[in-house]
This record gives sequence, C-alpha cells and structure tokens, in this order.
Amino acid sequence: MSGTVDDRSGVAVAFDGIVKRFGAVEVLHGVSFSLEPGRVYGLLGENGAGKSTLMKILAGYEAPSAGSVHIDGEPVIFKSSRDAEAHGIVLIHQEFNLAEDLSVAGNIFLGHEKTKGWFLDERAMQAGAVTALRQVGLDIDPSTPVRRLIVAEKQLVEIAKAISRRARLLIMDEPTATLTPSEAARLFTLIARMREEGVTVIYISHKLDEVERITDEVIVMRDGRFVGRAPTPTITRHAMATMMVGREIADQFPTRLAVDESRGPAMRVSGMSVPGWAQDASFAVRPGEILGFAGLVGAGRTELFEGILGLRPASGAIELQGRAVKLGSLRDAAKHGLTYLSEDRKGKGLHVDFALGPNLTLMALERYAKPWLDPSAEKQALDRAVHEFGIRAGSLSVKASSLSGGNQQKLALAKVLHPEPKVVVLDEPTRGVDVGAKREIYFLIHRLAQQGLAVIVISSELIELIGLAHRVAVMRAGRIVATLSGDELTEEIMIAHATGTRHVAA
Amino acid sequence: MSQPDTNIAGNGATEPGPRRQQTGSWLSDRLGSFGPVLGLVVLCIAGTLLNGDFATFDNLTNVLTRTAFIGIIAVGMCFVIILGGIDLSVGSMAALIAGCVIMFINWASPALGSPLLAVLLGAGLAVVLGAAFGFIHGVLIAKGRIEPFIVTLGTLGIFRAYLTYFADGGALTLGNDLADLYAPVYYGSALGIPVPVWIFLLVALVGGLILNKTAFGRYVQAIGSNEAVARYAAVDVDRIKILTYMLLGICVGIATLLYVPRLGSASPTTGLLWELEAIASVIVGGAALKGGQGSIAGTVVGAILLSVISNILNLTSIISVYLNPAVQGFVIIIVAFLQKGRR
Repeated sequence: MSGTVDDRSGVAVAFDGIVKRFGAVEVLHGVSFSLEPGRVYGLLGENGAGKSTLMKILAGYEAPSAGSVHIDGEPVIFKSSRDAEAHGIVLIHQEFNLAEDLSVAGNIFLGHEKTKGWFLDERAMQAGAVTALRQVGLDIDPSTPVRRLIVAEKQLVEIAKAISRRARLLIMDEPTATLTPSEAARLFTLIARMREEGVTVIYISHKLDEVERITDEVIVMRDGRFVGRAPTPTITRHAMATMMVGREIADQFPTRLAVDESRGPAMRVSGMSVPGWAQDASFAVRPGEILGFAGLVGAGRTELFEGILGLRPASGAIELQGRAVKLGSLRDAAKHGLTYLSEDRKGKGLHVDFALGPNLTLMALERYAKPWLDPSAEKQALDRAVHEFGIRAGSLSVKASSLSGGNQQKLALAKVLHPEPKVVVLDEPTRGVDVGAKREIYFLIHRLAQQGLAVIVISSELIELIGLAHRVAVMRAGRIVATLSGDELTEEIMIAHATGTRHVAA
Repeated sequence: MSQPDTNIAGNGATEPGPRRQQTGSWLSDRLGSFGPVLGLVVLCIAGTLLNGDFATFDNLTNVLTRTAFIGIIAVGMCFVIILGGIDLSVGSMAALIAGCVIMFINWASPALGSPLLAVLLGAGLAVVLGAAFGFIHGVLIAKGRIEPFIVTLGTLGIFRAYLTYFADGGALTLGNDLADLYAPVYYGSALGIPVPVWIFLLVALVGGLILNKTAFGRYVQAIGSNEAVARYAAVDVDRIKILTYMLLGICVGIATLLYVPRLGSASPTTGLLWELEAIASVIVGGAALKGGQGSIAGTVVGAILLSVISNILNLTSIISVYLNPAVQGFVIIIVAFLQKGRR
C-alpha cells in the first residue's frame, strides 16, 4: 500500500498508557498503540469500547487522567482542540459542530477569521472557502447558510473546514451513518485522495464492509483497552467482529425460543403515519416475541414509536391486548400496559442526580403513595430490582450518575418494567454499554420475553437484532420495507433493505 | 525513553483526584445544609454583641412575626424553584389580593349584615384568589409553553397596576371597626407565640410533608431535575406544574390574609420587593436555582436569616436601613455564585 510521504506529511501518533476517568468511572484503562503517517486506520470497537473518548483526547477535547500522547515523537499536552488543530489534528464529530446560522464560509473560518485591519476580510474568506469546497467536490455558494444544507453536504463542509486548517490527521467518527450509498462512495474517494497526499486518517465505523474497503489497517478496542491490530487485507470481517466482542458472536446471545403462535398479538399497529417521519406503518407483536426494528439513522424508527406513544402528532390505529386504544401521552400508554425506554439514557431515561430508588419507582409511584410515600416499600423494591436485574452499585444510596453505563442501563430497564407493562419498547437498549453488560441485557430481555412480555427492540447494531429478535422490521425513509425472519436475518439482507439497494415487493 | 517514569508520575499525580473530589463534594454538601444554620447562629451572636436589645424575647418574636409573610411565600416559592420555575409576581400578587380583600370586606360587612362573616369570607377570598392567580400562571407556563420568567414578569406589572387603579393611586383602607375585628389575626398570640408565627410553622410543616412524603413532591423534584426524563417516565408534567404554581398562589393568599390586619390597608407600595426576599430565602436555604433540589427547612432558615439581617440593620447603624434590599440582592448573587462553584 502507498505509505509515501510527501511535503504535507501526515502525523505519527503514539498513545502511551492513556487512562481516562469520569468521576469514579474509568473508561480507558491504559491504552497504548501507535499510528504511522499517511495511512488510513479503521478504529473498531463496540459502543462503550472507548474509541470516541480516546479520539477526543487525541483531538484536545478531553485531557487524559494519566498517560501521554506523542505526536511525531514528542510528548504533547493539548489544552484545547485549538492546540490539537495547531498540530494538524482535526476531529469531525458524529454530531456536527457547525453554527447553523452562519454561512458555509463563516463556518470554515470560524475561530480563524481572516481580517483586514479591524474588519473581517470577507472576500479572502469567500475565496478560501471556494478552494476548500472544490477540494471536497462540493459545488455550493460559500455564502449559503449552513442550516439550508442537507446532512451529507454538512459533512463535506466539516471536511473542507479541516482541509482549510491544513489537517494532517483527520478523525472521522461514524461519517457514513447519515449518508446514502452514493454519498458514502464520494466520501471514500475523498479519503483515498487525502491518503495519497499523506494525510493520516482514523476512521471509526460499525460498518465492517466499509472498513474492509477503505482502510489499510484495523485497530480494535474493547472495554477501554487496546486488544489488537492487523493489516486489513489479512483479517476477515468475522475475525474483526469476534475481536470486537471478545468471544464467538454466538455465545453473546441466548438461544432463541419459539413464540406461541396461538396467542393473539399483545400490540397491533396499523396504518400509522407520523407526518414528516413515517408513513403507513403496520406491524404486530405477540406475547413472548422479540420484534426488532432496523434501519439507517433518520429512517424514522424512533419517530414512529414516538408517534405511537403520543409524543408526536400521528394518525393510525393501535390495539393493545385486542382493544383499540388512543394514546395521547406516555401516561396513557403506561396505563394501557405499554412502556418505552428512550435511546437517550441521560436526557430522557434516568434522573442521574437522583438516588437509585426514586429512579426505579418513578413510573409506578402511585403504588407507593397511600397517600404518604412508603420508603421501606421503595427500599424493598430496589433490593428486588438490584437482584433481578444484576445492578452493581457500591451502595444503594448513591446517585444514578455514579453507576457505570451498563448498570445505569439496567436500572433504566428496571424502571420501565416497574409498572409491569405487557408490551415494552426498548430503543437502543445497549447503547454506551460494555460487552459484558450487553450480554447480561440480552439475557435479561430474553428472560422477560420468556415470561410473556412482548418486546420491541429498536437497534442500530445489526448483530444485536440478528442474535436477539424473532423477526426484524426494516425501515427506510419512514416506511417498513421488509419484515425478515429465520434465514433472512443476515447483515447483508438487512443492509440491502435499509439502504434500498435491493428491490423486493414489500 | 522514560515511559515508565511518566506513567508512574502521571498516576501519582492523578490518583488522589477522585478522592479529593469526593471529600470536596461531601464538604460542600454539608455546607449546603448546615451553612444557613451556621450563618444564622453567627448573625445572632453578632446581633447580641452589637445591641443588647437583640436577644430579647420581644425582639425575637417580632423578627419571627415579620418573617412569617415572606416565610410562608418562600415555602411555596421553594416548590416552584425546585420545579425549575420562578415566580416574580408574588409581591404584586400579595398587594392585589390585599386590595381585593379590603374592598370585599368593606362591601360585604354592610351587605351581609355580619362584620365577622365578612372578615372570614375575606380571608377565604385571599386564598381563593391566590389559587386562581397561581392557576393562571401554571396554565400559561405549562400549556402555553411560555417561560415562567416572562409570564410572572408580565403579571408582576399587571397585578400592581390593577391595585393602583382600584386604589386610584392612593390606599385602600379597611373600615375602623372591621380592622379592629380582624386585628387579632396579626396581633393575637397563643401560648405567648404570635398567631402569624404559628401559621408560618404550620405552613412549613405541611410543605415539608408534601415535598418529602407525597408522590406530588417527588414529581416536583423529578421535573425540576430533568423535565424530559419525568415526561418519559409518564409523569403528568403539565398538571404537576399547574398545581405547583397554585400551591405558591395559595401560600401568597395565606401570607396576605395575615398581612391585611397589620396595617388594615393596601397601597401601591404593599409587598414591594417581596419576590426578592422570598426567592433569596429559598436560595440561601440551599435550593438549586436550576431546579431539582431544595428543602423546606433550609428555606425557613433562609427566611429567618434574611429578616435577622434586616433586624440588625434596624437596631444598629452600621449600614443604612435603606440598603436592606441591597444586602438581600448581594446575598442572592453571592449564594448563586457559590452554587456554580459547587457543580
């Protein structure tokens, strides 16, 4: 492969025993590895493996708790992302860091404005922006406000911004999560060209086919540790996945049990439309069944369920336990035996400043108020949940924020199951959770289904859906385009449906 | 290379980090709950040293009686602040309620032919009006989705303007015999303790019970801590918000029904800057301005602390009495700044 180094050479990076703690929780446990200039590295690992944190340290957004970063052989301490940029290191965020109301040129030069005397030199910035945009193959007027761009264009603006800052090491975190296949292909061409110019690229993605296609070498992290590296041509996708998970994929999941087909559906949704997000979605789930929902970011999965749960305006028919219901709010839904675990654990799932008990009982608090709250009953409920859900906490009086991601997630699960629903919707139930806790959550979901609960799992991790679900509904652009089961449950078929590269009469 | 060295040095340097942080938060937690009490004790000692009259029984009951109005409002305000809201209108609301109650009693006494009944109904009217005003606030904030700051800033102007209009720029005054009939509510005492102090105590106890021992209280804390999480946990957020502002309105009503017999009149300066004193009491009492946490006990201590400060200013001549609101203003800003440091 071309490791040629020209004038604008890439950056050599060495991580040396990087440790990162957030409060009492250690998320990186001494990571050491090095990167050569002018190569494209695939950084692999499950959610919660510590990839993003490590990259934030490299790009100056976080400081390591211990250990050091060496750039071109010199130890460096970045006080801010500006420091890192001065060394040519730029991180392109999963969520873009663009000021929506500023123009494209304004964004490209944000913080590095060109000036003439006391005033901004708009003309020079426009010209500079045009050059940078041409390099990424984006043909737009640099005075366009960023909010008018589509997602793929915003991404290219981010890259143009990096290029205009003479980036010598570019970190891309899940860059294709929101791109269509043709947009992604354009991005890959750009990455190849940058490598030729000697730029080092670190590419974080869950999509192993992309990693296989564009990287020179893969580096795998798991649970905050470096676990291995290999030149891309020498390693199969299966081997990558096994390295990420740390055991054979099959052992990560419980054995699937048959669903009792004779029982009527616990929930049936027909003709559900959420304006702007989902059209005419119909599906049903039986007691004891695990129904998966797959799709790209923006396919409308979360929004469909927000519509069903009364969080967004929506139309369509919902039946719970065979009775037609109208759900105006999550409160109505909970009353009818349907609860929802949000994908946004800290923003919508748990009160991180509250102790564990109040978090657990919040959804079923009426049960404990007669009319005065009964602390001992709450305490008993917590003891039971801690045991049943395997929540590990130093002490039961700590705040939820001091639990690890996996234990927070188990608490959040216990919370939405506390009102004893008949149907539960779990949105990204293992996001930001380490591999061990993931396995526990899979077995937990499995056990709940076995007890007769109807479970809907929305997930972006296809492996998870394949391992866990009886059937998987695939959404694309707001529609359920296929419902797969049995032998059809493969990554290839699901991706094909999700991206629309396969046309099957749905 | 000195890799191992840097490693050890790095570890050595950062190891105490979390531990130190923990002691830090422990200390500030303790300070958060004991700070106000400590401040009160120090002030009382200082007051005693500065002026012999401070530590007399008469002066202390006087301080507590004057604390009662603000203290009762502060209990309601504590709920609103824990909810993550604010109410700037309480002073104006008290003034308008006082005016309405005085007009009502003056009208009802001859109309009903029973001065006593008129006074009783007037006192009841204070609470009903408070609840109604609180309900309006709550609906505008919860259903109308307007910032509490804006809603109550608007009503701050509206309430006081209507009082001024009703009073025609002057004062509304209770008839002499009616004022005498109503007087014991403020000037009377039971077991040597003035009536307003008893009612303050009762309101605080009931408030503490509601906040800590009912599902409603838990919901208020949950919404203030993180509204989205509460909504996703199927809490009826709008209803709880409306009820919370009504609770504060009722507190304002109770405070006003105690205040009316004190002067027997209401004027455009009635209840001026009460909002400052009530909010300051809650914040001094350790509540987080961003919502989610706070305590009734702390609020009570905070209210007493503020009136002790003003009492000391009255008794001594260190700072002019005219600067009392400035002292409260400084206190609220300093405490808010310290809170920021604690996070």
